[in-house]
Amino acid sequence: MNYPGKGLVDGLAVTARNFVGSYFYTDRLTTVQYPEERVQTPENSRTFPFLVFDESPDKPRCTACKICEVECPPKCIYIVMDRDEKGKPRQQPKIFDIDISVCMQCQICVEVCPFESIKMDNDYEKSRYGRFNELMLRLPDLLKSNEYYRQIKPTEAAAVDAKLKAEAEAKAAKKAAAAAVAAAKAAASPPATPPPASPKPPEGSAA
Amino acid sequence: MITAPIANMTGKIETQTLEVSIGPQHPSTHGVFRMDVVLDGEIVRALKPVIGYLHRNHEQLAEKMAWLHSMPYTDRLDYFNSMTNNWAYALAVEKLAGIKVPERAEYIRVIMAELSRLQNHASAIGFLLQDCGAWGTPLLYAFREREKILDFFETVSGSRMMCNYLRFGGVRVDLDEPMLAMAREIVAKFPKFLDEFEKLMTTNEVVLARCQRVGILPKELAIAGSISGPVARASGVEYDLRKVDQYGVYGRFEFGVPVGPVGDVYDRYYIRVLEMREALKILQQALRDIPAGPAQAPEVKLRGFKIPAGDGYGRVEGPKGELGFYLVSDGGPKPYRYHVRPPSFINITVLEDMCLGHKVADAIIILGSIDIVLGEVDR
Repeated sequence: MNYPGKGLVDGLAVTARNFVGSYFYTDRLTTVQYPEERVQTPENSRTFPFLVFDESPDKPRCTACKICEVECPPKCIYIVMDRDEKGKPRQQPKIFDIDISVCMQCQICVEVCPFESIKMDNDYEKSRYGRFNELMLRLPDLLKSNEYYRQIKPTEAAAVDAKLKAEAEAKAAKKAAAAAVAAAKAAASPPATPPPASPKPPEGSAA
Repeated sequence: MITAPIANMTGKIETQTLEVSIGPQHPSTHGVFRMDVVLDGEIVRALKPVIGYLHRNHEQLAEKMAWLHSMPYTDRLDYFNSMTNNWAYALAVEKLAGIKVPERAEYIRVIMAELSRLQNHASAIGFLLQDCGAWGTPLLYAFREREKILDFFETVSGSRMMCNYLRFGGVRVDLDEPMLAMAREIVAKFPKFLDEFEKLMTTNEVVLARCQRVGILPKELAIAGSISGPVARASGVEYDLRKVDQYGVYGRFEFGVPVGPVGDVYDRYYIRVLEMREALKILQQALRDIPAGPAQAPEVKLRGFKIPAGDGYGRVEGPKGELGFYLVSDGGPKPYRYHVRPPSFINITVLEDMCLGHKVADAIIILGSIDIVLGEVDR
C-alpha cells in the first residue's frame, strides 16, 4: 500500500519503536553513570605509557638504553641515565620524562623496548588543571609495579613474565656452564689461583 | 528620504550579489572548512572552498622520520578510517620493499577495512541527514552502530579511532577466537540496522524533496575531475579499486559495485547504503574463509627498517575514495619523498560545479554528500 506521506509515517514508526524499546531492552540503555559506574575497558586498550618495576621502584626494568626515546615518533620521551659518583653508568634512568600532551599513544615505544620495561597503561583519567608541568609525567609518576601490570593486562603480563623467566633461566644456565668450564680449567691447572666462587642464583627476574 | 529605488522602470526587482563566508566554524561544514560563496538572493552563483585550517605538515613530517614512524600519523589523515589509511601506507611500503604479507594478515586487513567502511558510511549518511536538518536522530542511530565497530577496534588494536594497527608485512595483533566471534556478531546484526535506517530515511518524503535532483555531478565531470569512491560511483562511473587493482585478497571475494543512475545527493546517499550491504557480503566471506597461520611476516624488522632505492605507489579503495601513497626511497631509513593522494581533497574540487544554481541550504548538503574529512584535505 502506498499513500502520500508513507515514508514519514514509516520513519515515525521506527523512532517510536526505538523510543518504546528503550524502556524494555536493557542493551539499548547505553548510558553509564560515569564516576560511580565504569565501563570495563578491553585488555588491549591503551592510553599512555608507564614503566614497570619488579621488586622496588628503585630498580626499574628500564636500563635507560634510550631506544624508545629515539623511536618515539613525536619525540615525547626524555631520558638521562643515572651515574654513580665516579661517573659510571648505573643502567637505570635518572630522569625519565614523558610529555603526555605530546604523546600520541601509538605504542611504538612498547614494541621496540627490548627489556619489556615500558608498557601501555589503560588509565584514562589524566585530566589536569594545568597545561604544562602537570602533563609532564616524571619518573615517580611513571613507575608502576609488575603487579599493577598483571592486574590491568593479565594475558599480556603472563606472556611477558614467562618470557623474562625463560631468559633469566637461560642466562643462569649459561653462567653456570661458563663457571663449570672455568672450574674444570682451574682444577686441571696447578692451583696457583683459588677457584672462582660459584655464581649467585639470579635474583628474581631483575636480570 | 529614501533614495534607493526598490524597483526599476520595468517593475523587476533589482538584486545584488552578496559575498558570504560560510565557515570555518559552522557545525555543518564537517570540520574547519570555509566556503566563500557569492549569492544572488539565496542562489549560489560562485563558490570557492578555502582549505588549510587543519594543515599539520604531514608529508614533510613523514620525510623527517623513519618509515614506521609515519604509521601512527596516517591514522590522523582521515580519522574516521585509520585502518584503511594504515593499509594504503603499508601497501606502498610493501610494494617498494617487496615484502610478502601472510595470508591471515591479508584477511584480517580486509575485515578491518570493510568494518571501517561500514562505520564510515554509517556516520557519513548520518551526518548528511543531519545537514538536511534531521538533527540528531539518524546520526545517533548511525553512531550507535558505529560504536560497536569502534569497540571491536579497541578490543583488537587498543584504540578506537587512532588504531595504528597495521605493520609492514602484517598486522600488530592477531585476531583470536573471541575477537572473531565479536566481528561475526557485528556483521550478523548490522543488516537489521540497515533495514531500520532505510525505513527511516530512504523513502522519507522530506529526504526525497531535499536530495533528489540536487547537486548533480555529471559522469563526464566525475571522470575529468578524477573523482573516486562513492561520489564517482553515484554518478555512474563503475570504478572500484577493489575490483580494478584487486589488492590484498579482494580478488577472492564475490561482491558487486553499485552504481548510481543520476549522481545527485540522493544517489550519493543511497550508494553508501548499497555499499554497506556489499561490504557485509565481503565480511561474511572473509570471516568464513580466514586461514590459520602467522599474522606478521617475521623477516620485517621494527627497528632499522630500510628500503632499497626506488619509488612506489600504493592505493586502496578507502571508504571515501582512492587513497594513495606515493613514496620515493633513497635507500635510507627515511622516505625521500612522501606524497598522499587523499580522496577527500580531490573530491571537493568539484564542489563548485555541483553547487552552482542551488540554494545555500543545498550547498550544505552537497558538501555533506561528498563526505570529506578535513584532516585528510589539509593534511
